[in-house]
Amino acid sequence: MYQYYAKWIREGKLKVNSDWNKDLKIKFTVQDPCQIVRKSYGDEVADDLRYVVKSIVGEENFIDMTPNKSNNYCCGGGGGALQSGYKEQRLQYGIVKDKQIKVTKADYCIAACHNCHAQIHELSEHYGGNYSVVHLWTLICLSLGILGENERAYLGDDLKNIAVYGA
Amino acid sequence: MAEGAIKLGGKRKSIFMDKVKKLLPDGGNLNLCLTCGTCSAGCPATGLEDMDPRKFLRMAALGMDEELTSTPWVWMCTMCYRCVYACPMQIDIPALVYEARASWPRETRPKGIVGSCDMALRNQSGSAMGTPPDDFVFVVEDVLEEYRETQPDFKDMEAPIDKKGAHFFLNQNSREPVTEPDEMVPLWKILHVVGADWTYGSKGWAGENYCMFLADNDSWEKIVRTSINTAKELGCRVFLNTE
Repeated sequence: MYQYYAKWIREGKLKVNSDWNKDLKIKFTVQDPCQIVRKSYGDEVADDLRYVVKSIVGEENFIDMTPNKSNNYCCGGGGGALQSGYKEQRLQYGIVKDKQIKVTKADYCIAACHNCHAQIHELSEHYGGNYSVVHLWTLICLSLGILGENERAYLGDDLKNIAVYGA
Repeated sequence: MAEGAIKLGGKRKSIFMDKVKKLLPDGGNLNLCLTCGTCSAGCPATGLEDMDPRKFLRMAALGMDEELTSTPWVWMCTMCYRCVYACPMQIDIPALVYEARASWPRETRPKGIVGSCDMALRNQSGSAMGTPPDDFVFVVEDVLEEYRETQPDFKDMEAPIDKKGAHFFLNQNSREPVTEPDEMVPLWKILHVVGADWTYGSKGWAGENYCMFLADNDSWEKIVRTSINTAKELGCRVFLNTE
């Protein structure tokens, strides 16, 4: 999916821009889903992912995790862990990810994978990081000005009323 | 301090590691370990259940099959492959973990994963939440109609199901149609804006596959084949995984 988002932006079919965040300066980081990046398409798709993110939030508002791309850490939500019943261990596993995110001081972690999304959301609540976790599709539509008020379940209060379609 | 030395006995008894080696290209390099510990140093599961990837592999090499095939650590490792990526010898430790999972009698594996796999086998959707095809079709059509009516720029937006000859076959994680249907819409809008020719399938629409995590190969394959065969029958060119 990220490859197509990047392709459509390059081709001018998705006319995204980051003007909405020019003054807000809300900071974003991005999780590299293991299955898509390290296990399938490698750094090339991680670069596409970053191209998309920078196009929609502004290059100066993107802060990468360390380490990143193929070298990034798993969040702990994959491999069935969300349903395995070992919740305490899963949260323990996620300490590495939580710390990585906190160090970026980002307001949002973009997680374009359902397992990552659920796990990182829980990490933020459990360890009190207070960062929001959001799908890429939400931000793409936000930057296109076509995101309605009912499509903002994962946006924080800072973005609930920004560029609302139909408002 | 360890309580005492582990006694290995006279002859090498490893069966489990030999079995896994036979399944993997180049034996998964399982006998190339230099014991450097790079795998464990970069593994978020290190320390859980007093286990780590290097220890797991060393135990396999030492033939400690009973311990390997009974430790719940195999369900805490996410098989993320970071250890393989970091390893100077490219040793496939996650494959060892996967086969250790598979060695558990099915009914003793984690209930949540067994349950999600069994749900997916209940009908043709392949959904870990057990949602039947009719329910999925209903939710998609219902949500689409609502947005077409309330958002004028999207009055022609489509969310086709079983559209023959569509370029993209898109799958869908069950979480959206079942618990937060409005979250399906942003992706539909993106596809609408770029003019993509796409479709869902009423069969095999669900993107998740807990049978894979369960290490139940036959069920894993069955679910993947349902999706792929639907995409093929519709004549789709690209299988597109959702975010």
